[in-house]
Amino acid sequence: MSNEVSLKSVMAEGLWHQNTGLVILLGLCPLLAVTSTVINGLGLGLATMATLMASNLSVSLIRGLLRPEIRIPAFVLIIASVVTAIELLMKAWAYDLFQVLGIFIPLIVTNCAIIGRAEVFASRHRPLAALVDGFATGAGFCLTLVLLGALREISGRGTLLADASLLFGEAGQNVTLTLVPDHPGFLLAILPPGAFIGLGLLIAARNWYVHRRSQKNEAPAREPVPAS
Amino acid sequence: MSAENPSIWRSAALLGLVAVLGTALLAVVHTMTRDRITAQERRVVLEQLHQVLPDSAYDNALHEDVLRITDEAFFQTQEPVTVYRARLGTEPVAVIMQVVAPDGYNGDIKLLVGVYADGSISGVRVVSHRETPGLGDPIEHQRSDWILDFNGRSLGNPEPAGWAVRRDGGVFDQFTGATITPRAVVEAVERALRYFEARHEYLFSYPEPEQT
Ligand SMILES: Cc1cc2nc3c(=O)[nH]c(=O)nc-3n(C[C@H](O)[C@H](O)[C@H](O)COP(=O)(O)O)c2cc1C
Repeated sequence: MSNEVSLKSVMAEGLWHQNTGLVILLGLCPLLAVTSTVINGLGLGLATMATLMASNLSVSLIRGLLRPEIRIPAFVLIIASVVTAIELLMKAWAYDLFQVLGIFIPLIVTNCAIIGRAEVFASRHRPLAALVDGFATGAGFCLTLVLLGALREISGRGTLLADASLLFGEAGQNVTLTLVPDHPGFLLAILPPGAFIGLGLLIAARNWYVHRRSQKNEAPAREPVPAS
Repeated sequence: MSAENPSIWRSAALLGLVAVLGTALLAVVHTMTRDRITAQERRVVLEQLHQVLPDSAYDNALHEDVLRITDEAFFQTQEPVTVYRARLGTEPVAVIMQVVAPDGYNGDIKLLVGVYADGSISGVRVVSHRETPGLGDPIEHQRSDWILDFNGRSLGNPEPAGWAVRRDGGVFDQFTGATITPRAVVEAVERALRYFEARHEYLFSYPEPEQT
């Protein structure tokens, strides 16, 4: 098992090539449920990112001790402890946001992406790489949440960054952008079906981009082919 | 057994170690955050109480002068209704009842209803709900001023027939495309007022707070 991975490629994998929300499609339940606004998405994204970093680091630190038969239960214990700790910290320092995200914070435990990274990456790499992998995977997930939140918030309510004070306290009081004044509210975007459709659009956009780029890269090497 | 397979004991010990470490982490975080979390919870309750009853109206420790009443027939919920009692010196000033509207579009709507001793409403706020965003959520004060329409009202203002949304012949606005949510809230507030009218002596006097 190669222990030397370049941190740059770890970042690229987590953010783009193996993006949890758009490529691997893990952790979709919270992704679909909380993304009715940017701030909710960002809140859950950051909490998931913190969980991934802490669990990856812990798993990597004890990777020498872990034997195959107890690996999975040990991961579950570690992840559950980390998530509970994050839940307590959020209650203490971001209580209002915790109330909004509610059940989805403890449910981070069930996000398969986290145990997936522990198994696939953290248990086989040195702590620094595992930490970076947790950061990259978490950031990729968080970005997807924020993008989907933005899409749904703009189309559903005509605003951006509503309720920012939940996350940023006083400083977030007046940052809400009203992009479409007197927006009548587009229910479909706010309700769960809007989350599915929005995610579908994001995945399609990513695939389209990847496809177009690979065509561009290949094009010079090939003979120009007339459209068939 | 251990002679056959010593590694199983090692594994168990390791797993135990992980569990102990996880528990230790939680114990530390719990101790660190306990006081702050209690303070946050109290802050939120006090902020909500403050919204339905101005601080200057009373001088007792509102959140400690509390009754819990279970009256399913009346309140239509099995959960106890919390009643906060506001006093100025020894004079009863108001109560704040945390009641439930069980018949919203999507589950319980929890409300705080503040009622002055004369039976008029000091304020109403929604504590929690799961109504549809964009349809039912104008009951939140952050989203619209609808909830302020209750201020100053009482059982005689409007007359009993008026305690309903306009669609049902009452005086309270419904929202475009959403009648169920405001109807549930209006009914719950009226229920709280009727309870207060019937039981206000009891609400203020029982049990004497000094003796509890
Ligand atoms: C997906 C969906 C969500 C709804 N959410 C609510 C709601 O939260 N509150 C509400 O009062 N009505 C809601 N409604 C509308 C109710 O079904 C009902 O039509 C409405 O309250 C009746 O009001 P109206 O007679 O003024 O049209 C919703 C309808 C749909 C299709």
